[in-house]
Amino acid sequence: MSETTQSFTDLAPSAGAKFRQRTLPILIFAAILFAIPMVGPSRTFYTLAHQMGINIVFALSYNMVLGRGGLLSFGHAVYFGLGGYLAMHAMNWIEDGAGIWGSVPMFLLPLVGFAGGAVAGAVIGWPSCRKAGTTFAMISLGVAELIFAAAFMFDSFFGGEQGISGDRMNGIELFGLSLGPIDEVYWFIAFWTVIGVIGMWAFTRTPLGKLSEATRDNAQRVQFIGYNPQRVRYLVFIAAGGFAGLAGGMAAVNYEIFTPDALSLVPSGFVLIMAYVGGITFFVGPIFGAILLTYMQSMLSDFTEAWLLYLGVLFIAIVMFAPRGIAGIVFGFLDGVRGDNPGAYLGRWLMRLLGILLMLMGLIVLVEVSVRWSNGYGEVYEPFGLHLGHENVLSWVLVIVPAIAGVWITKRASKEEEAA
Amino acid sequence: METIVFGLLNGVSYGLLLFMLSSGLTLIFSMMGVLNFAHAAFYMLGAYFAFTITGSSSFWIALFIAPVLVGLVGAVVERYGLRRVHPNGHVAELLFTFGLAYLIEEVVKIVYGKTAVDYRVPELLDFAAFEIYGASFPAYRIFVIFIAVAMLVGLWFLLKRTRAGLIIQAALTHPHMVGHLGHNVPFIFMMVFGIGCALAGLAGVMAGNIFVTDPAMAVQMGPIVFVVVVVGGIGSLEGAFLASLLIGLLQNFAVGINLKFAEIFGFLGMSDLSEVGRISVSSLAPVLPFLLLVLILIFRPQGLLGEKEL
Repeated sequence: MSETTQSFTDLAPSAGAKFRQRTLPILIFAAILFAIPMVGPSRTFYTLAHQMGINIVFALSYNMVLGRGGLLSFGHAVYFGLGGYLAMHAMNWIEDGAGIWGSVPMFLLPLVGFAGGAVAGAVIGWPSCRKAGTTFAMISLGVAELIFAAAFMFDSFFGGEQGISGDRMNGIELFGLSLGPIDEVYWFIAFWTVIGVIGMWAFTRTPLGKLSEATRDNAQRVQFIGYNPQRVRYLVFIAAGGFAGLAGGMAAVNYEIFTPDALSLVPSGFVLIMAYVGGITFFVGPIFGAILLTYMQSMLSDFTEAWLLYLGVLFIAIVMFAPRGIAGIVFGFLDGVRGDNPGAYLGRWLMRLLGILLMLMGLIVLVEVSVRWSNGYGEVYEPFGLHLGHENVLSWVLVIVPAIAGVWITKRASKEEEAA
Repeated sequence: METIVFGLLNGVSYGLLLFMLSSGLTLIFSMMGVLNFAHAAFYMLGAYFAFTITGSSSFWIALFIAPVLVGLVGAVVERYGLRRVHPNGHVAELLFTFGLAYLIEEVVKIVYGKTAVDYRVPELLDFAAFEIYGASFPAYRIFVIFIAVAMLVGLWFLLKRTRAGLIIQAALTHPHMVGHLGHNVPFIFMMVFGIGCALAGLAGVMAGNIFVTDPAMAVQMGPIVFVVVVVGGIGSLEGAFLASLLIGLLQNFAVGINLKFAEIFGFLGMSDLSEVGRISVSSLAPVLPFLLLVLILIFRPQGLLGEKEL
């Protein structure tokens, strides 16, 4: 008789590995958020940080649908907006103090937003989650347009063009925060960002979270093991809507105003770009994307009016050349450096970086010169004291030469990688 | 009666314009499985190219050259962009075209400026075709109907009655087999994408001077075209035709009806002052396609003429 029992090595991660991979990153994230006010940042920084916190939660909630669930949605801002609107109304109810609203602290408004987003997800998701793939994408787009158009018809809830505004300094104070000064709002945003990140991370560990990934990969097999893929999608959609609403509630307290623009296609497209550029296959990807794109949105738009063009180029470049996003680039780099031949890897990497920077330089000169030419105000692009008008030959040399050199260098780097 | 006749005429001409757009989209989708999100951007390019060409020569030259140029742009996009993304799956392709829509809009803003350009109906067709009930119907709209029908017949003839159409249809369902028979399937894909974009460009040439040619025209038209395609059943040309006409008629009839909800549902006791009662049917017109979409999805998820899928 042969031995029928076989001993397997224990594949489960050790307690130490679990701590390092699961608990530690969140602790570090919380510690960074905790440390930021210690360095006494400026008002501008706070404003930016708040926006980043909101966008981190929003982008992560979007990734529950796209990255984890495999559903491409073009209308995620609907849940952000509806949750935010409900929170905004709750803010005014707290101010009036009627009924139970008198005893609700302003600090808990994101929970109201969560409820609003989840209910919206439950209602809208019911017809739209029957289908996956391209049809789902088109439905989400149509529903988003419908809600956006309806927002201008029902003024009592959406407040028409000027939206709904409120005052966050009302109701019971929780943790001694009046939410008046900006550094107190910071604690509010930081708290809910961490709660949102932990909540969504925890969701990926639940059976439903695992099933959503299984449905994304193979819906038919999910059916074989006795689950209804449509139902899995629907439940995930509700949860994602809830977390988007949570972000909406954070935004309601932060800005104290909500307008119908918050549920239009523009923020829906922006959250898609944030999540995808960050990297949808990694949990942390959307966090990277939210931080980078929020920064770009507020800083780059001061420097150039064509920032949307750069955003489009960045997005297309990521889709074409780095489908795993920034997180993929970062983790790929870490793996490569720890690999067999870190020297050669680093060399190729630097070469590619040089190529990309050269192409970027060509692109920037091209765009900036063209924008000023097109505006026709006689403005001239003057980086580093150079005078780059559209009639200046040097401008076009600075477009073409770096672009060609960049393409050549990156191609060479790719060839070397293939050879290696 | 007046409302009905004008609603019918405008609805048909608008519906046929929608079909010009959605036929290209459907053609590309049923062939490559990718829903071209930038389709409305190509439509916009068509209008802008026509504006440029009309400025330097005439509208009649633009009518032929502009769609060809848009088709060339589309072919280049397919060859150097989409084909690269293809191995990463349909979502990546859809996202690529999504980014492309952004990019085209921004480039158009730089090249042509942010405000509308003065792209006009050609003088030859700038007269009233006929007058009924004291209102005139522009001849250009008749011309639009004529061109759209010609295109429809041409497309049908190309797909169903020529050898090229036969190969295209075969490549839809059996790309490998067609490849084994010695046809260049990637080239066919490129051609189909180019033709689809050219059809969108043609719609742009025709519609740019009826509506407004500005950088927002793609964003305005895009969602409606997707609604048409989904309502008709994704991938079905006949369905797209039906849905285009349906939505064109629906929208134009709604615009002509100046009733408020309170007047229609007054018998239910709806007040003129309530929020729902104040909404008029004509103000509902832009929302109707999306309402129709939701209704279709609830009662007939595969679309009007779509095939049932799992």
